[in-house]
Order: sequence, then structure tokens, then C-alpha cells
Amino acid sequence: MDLYEYQARDMFEKHGVPVLPGIVAETPAEAKAAAEKLGGGTVVVKAQVKTGGRGKAGGVKLAHSPAEAEAAAEEILGLDIKGHTVHRVMIAAGAKIAEEFYFSVLLDRAQRQYLAMCSVEGGMEIEQLAVERPDALARVAVDPLVGIDAAKAKEIVDAAGFPEDLKDAVAESIIKLWTVYAEEDATLVEVNPLVRTEDGDIIALDGKVTLDENAYFRHADHAGLEDKDAADPLEAKAKALDLNYVKLDGSVGIIGNGAGLVMSTLDVVAYAGEQHGNVKPANFLDIGGGASAAVMANGLDVILNDPQVKSVFVNVFGGITSCVEVAKGIVGALQQLGVSATKPLVVRLDGNAVDEGREILAAANHPLVTIVETMDGAAAKAAELANA
Amino acid sequence: MAIFINSDSKVIVQGMTGSEGQKHTARMLASGTNIVGGVNPRKAGTSVDFDGTDIPVFGSVADAMAETGANVTVLFVPPAFTKAAVIEAVDAGIELAVIITEGVPVADTAEFFAYAQSKGVRLIGPNCPGLITPGQSNVGITPANITGSGKIGLVSKSGTLTYQMMFELRDIGFTTAVGIGGDPVIGTTHIDCLEAFQNDPETEAIVMIGEIGGDAEERAAAYIKEHVTKPVVGYVAGFEAPEGKTMGHAGAIVSGSAGTAQAKKEALEAAGVKVGKTPTETADLMRAIING
Repeated sequence: MDLYEYQARDMFEKHGVPVLPGIVAETPAEAKAAAEKLGGGTVVVKAQVKTGGRGKAGGVKLAHSPAEAEAAAEEILGLDIKGHTVHRVMIAAGAKIAEEFYFSVLLDRAQRQYLAMCSVEGGMEIEQLAVERPDALARVAVDPLVGIDAAKAKEIVDAAGFPEDLKDAVAESIIKLWTVYAEEDATLVEVNPLVRTEDGDIIALDGKVTLDENAYFRHADHAGLEDKDAADPLEAKAKALDLNYVKLDGSVGIIGNGAGLVMSTLDVVAYAGEQHGNVKPANFLDIGGGASAAVMANGLDVILNDPQVKSVFVNVFGGITSCVEVAKGIVGALQQLGVSATKPLVVRLDGNAVDEGREILAAANHPLVTIVETMDGAAAKAAELANA
Repeated sequence: MAIFINSDSKVIVQGMTGSEGQKHTARMLASGTNIVGGVNPRKAGTSVDFDGTDIPVFGSVADAMAETGANVTVLFVPPAFTKAAVIEAVDAGIELAVIITEGVPVADTAEFFAYAQSKGVRLIGPNCPGLITPGQSNVGITPANITGSGKIGLVSKSGTLTYQMMFELRDIGFTTAVGIGGDPVIGTTHIDCLEAFQNDPETEAIVMIGEIGGDAEERAAAYIKEHVTKPVVGYVAGFEAPEGKTMGHAGAIVSGSAGTAQAKKEALEAAGVKVGKTPTETADLMRAIING
């Protein structure tokens, strides 16, 4: 999960990373009050969206008084920045910036360790810096068994080429940023820019943090950082039912078991859709291993409530999952819906208890259900029905 | 021959007394795996009856290995305890640890992987179905009745796609099928399996199944070009996955332009790997190679 800048700022502060005061606001009036609380002087009003390029999109404005902050918030709130609507702004104390640097630490999947990246040329997009001036970006591997200790921090500031008089202060900030990474179970901590103020302080001016959702169990506060209002209503419903669901734009509802098979099912449906008016999958839904009839019925309930869905493809290869449970879930869900069920279902079952599962569906003989034996054949049928 | 496991593998189960562990131990036994013990410090000295087969429970991996000569462990341990369980197995000197558990924090995996690597222990997973050498040993949760022994080696990030592909190619059969798992950090990679299959005289051809996220498939493609002389067919899942959304597996996410299915497919094709558009088409490509 990606955090908003203000959430990252709060997390930095908690771990002793030097940051400027910042207050989040959801209305212009709150923005004005926040600017007053920060002393009434110059502040920066920053859109809180989980995407880059805020400045260019008009999402960051300087305000010299609380009234200006209010006006800036008025302009920024509600803006659309690359498809993200701005619901909050952060009112941040102004800083006199002398120099801008860059630091990040992240999971290096390929090397199966961590990677620290650091540059004395901050402020610009790091992807751009990496391409245009690769020598200016120091990359230092971090051993998961050691982390960033004083020696590693020194290695990083040396590699980045900081001037001698700044090395200690920057290294100290880097060690604290590593604390954020390690203690919060982050997979990315990025500061861009890390600045030196005219007063000589090192400050993390803008931060990005990605947290590992698998580690929520040891961080009671992390789930609360999730963005409830940004979630799609169907995704929220699926989440409440403990289903692994992602809403997409197409019209063929998809239910399957196992992340890989479901991803593959989306592709096979889109491929078949090329022959049927370019219909696309409407969602990703993985009922997981060993799913019960109740889980299957819950899944169908979410998908049949998606107004964009025209047909449904149930694609199950029973490993641990029994095709009997899948068939019972389908029959049960359709019974419960009664006459309100109108969307056709194409079902392909294979693997564990396939014959018994198919028998249950055949015996129910529901007019909306079509059994197709192969995955490709079933995808074609579902695409055809969605295009009818 | 096969890779990583065979009929000589002596397997212990960490977490055997839990509900998942018990269910899958029964299935592994039924498919002929030589399960020699379970580990649970609170139940040491007891045993569990699996349909007439009594499997002893030991207090530690070290005890279990000393008593049984086990060389492989499979873990059905909850995420919060997985790191400690893997480190225990590594310290006990196990050869291979297969971690089925889903939902392990990636920092834990990075840590126990680094530790295992420093001790020369092979890990498979986490968040994987394990591996099967049909007719000899089945370590994990792969259904054993899909198909039997044959000439194809299979490596896949996904469990159900492994099953699907084994089913599609059930007429030919497999030397070993390895589910390496869908997490961002995994112990055994596509490349490790490609290398092992290349060196396994019984494996005639290899199916490699990848999915969005990371660059493991691209690196595997480069490896194939350099080192693999056996025919390889590929399949990549996730063309329809939108950027920035995790598709079930923690590692299956397209970030920006990195990790897309298209890039992986192109890299594999550039390395001479035939890539199918659907699992069935991929199986047909393999069948054409085997049947000449």
C-alpha cells in the first residue's frame, strides 16, 4: 500500500526523521486554520494524491498568508491529477531551500536484498535522472541481515559524493529513514527532495512510503492508513467478504481459483473477445484454494451486482478446491437470486471431483448455466454471450 | 533423476499438527511421499495417525533430522512464525526447505533467504504449491493424480497454472513440476529450475510459466539464450492486468512500464522460446516439440 505524503511525513516524524511541520486539510477553511496554526507566515499547499507530477498539474502552491492558503486550497481541492481527485491538501511550513538531494531505499526483487539510491542532484524525477545522468545516482546494495548501519550510511553518502561538511548530517538522516523502512515493514521509502536549508538543516521535504500488506499483522495501525473513500464500492464489498477482487472495465465477469489461473483467464477472455466485439474481462476474482460453496456464492454475488457485467465465466481447476463445492456454490447462489438472476454463466470445471461437480450442475439444469469442457472454449462462449 | 526431490527424499513437515498441515500431510502420504516426521515443540513425543500410518512428532527440526535422516522439510507454518521456522531448519542443516505459507512479510523472506543462502540451503517459495516428481515424491500441495512421470520439466510462479499445464500435458507427463511461488522474493527462481532441468538427463523439454511483476522472466530469457539447449516453451499471465493493482500474488504488479506481460513475452521470444497465447496453446506448442 502506498501512503499519502502527509502519512509518510507523520511516519518520518515518529521515527525522528527531520521534517517540516505539516497539517492535513480537507476544506479551504481547514487550510486557512492550518496556516494560522503554523504561524501565519509562508506555507506550501500541496495536493495529496498518490501520483507524481503534482507541481506541473497545479497541485502545489505557495501561499504567503492564511487567506492565500485558503484560496490555494480552494483551487487545488477537487482537481483531477492523472485520474486522481484531490480530496485533501497538506499545509506545510515554508522552508528556505539551499540545495536538493535524493534518497531512497527499496526492495530489490532481482537481487533479493535491498537497494539504497542516493544523489546530490535531487528534485527531478528519479527515473529521468537514472536515464540522463546515471553516474549522478549512487546505488548501494543493502544486506537484509545487516541493514543500514553507520558504516553503510557512510558508504552511501561517499558514493553519492556529498561534500565533507554535510556527510554526517545526511548519514544520520539516512539511518533514521532506514529505521522507518525496517520498523514499519516498508518496501519503499523515498525522499525527493531531501534538502539542505539556508540554515544548514537537512530535512525530508517530500516523502513516499509503500508498506507491505503482508506485515499488517504486526502493525495494528497500518490497516487504518488505507484509503477507504477511494475504493471502488464493489471492491469494498468484496473486501468485506474477504474476497480477492479487482474491478476492471470490461463486461465478462470472472471467477476462478488461484491468482495465476485467474490472471490467465482474464487474458484468455480478452483474446477470445477479439472475435466478439472486443469484449474484455470485468474483474479479477480469486476464490483461493479450498474454497467452500459459501465463498463461491459470495463471489458470484459480488460479480452479478456489477452493472457492467453481461456474462460470467467461472473457471476452476480443482487442486485443493473441490468442484463439488464450486457447483454447490453456483446452484445455491442462483437459487437465492431466483428470478432476479438474469446474466448467463459459463462454467468450466476440471480437476478435483470434476465429474461430481458437473453432475450437480447438470442435475440443477439451470437455464442460465452453460457447461463448457475447455478453458478456451468456455472463454469464447462467455465472450460471445457478453457481446449478444 | 528428476530435480530437487526423488524417491530418496525423506521429508518432515513443520506445522504438521495444524489443520492445513494435517490435511496436506495425508495427501502427500497418499501420493507416495516418504514423510518421516512432523515438528511441533509442544507435541514432541506424540504421533499422528494418517490412515494407518503413524508419523512421529519431534520437538525440533534438529531432533527430527537426527532421528529420521530427513533431508527435506515442508512448512505449513503461519506467516508470523515462518521466519523462525525456516531459520531453525537452516540451522539444523536441512538440504531443502519448501515454504507453502502465503502472506509472509517480504522483509522476513529477504532475511531468511539471505541466511539460507549463506548456509547453502535451497529454499522453494514462500507462497507456493511446492513441487512434485510424479511417482516418486510430492512435497507441498500439488494434486498427485493429474498426471504421471514423463519427459517435461515445468517451472511456474502459479499453483493453479501448474495444475492446468500438467493437466493439458497429461498425455506426456513430467520429470518434476516446481511451483516457485508468486511473492516478490522467492528462494528458487525460474533460472535455478532451468539450470537444474538443463542438467537433468531425463528432462527433454521445459515449460516455463511466468506472470506480471519484477523482471524474473526477462532474466530467465537471457539465461535460456546463454545456457539452455533443451527446447523451452513459455506462457505469461497478466496481459489484462492494470498498472498499480496487485493481482492476487503479492509480486504480481505492474509498476509503471516495468513488469508487463508483453515485455516478458517479447524477451522470451527473443531468446527463441515459443510463447503460447493460452495455456492450451502453450501445451500444443510443447506437444509439437515432443512429438517432433
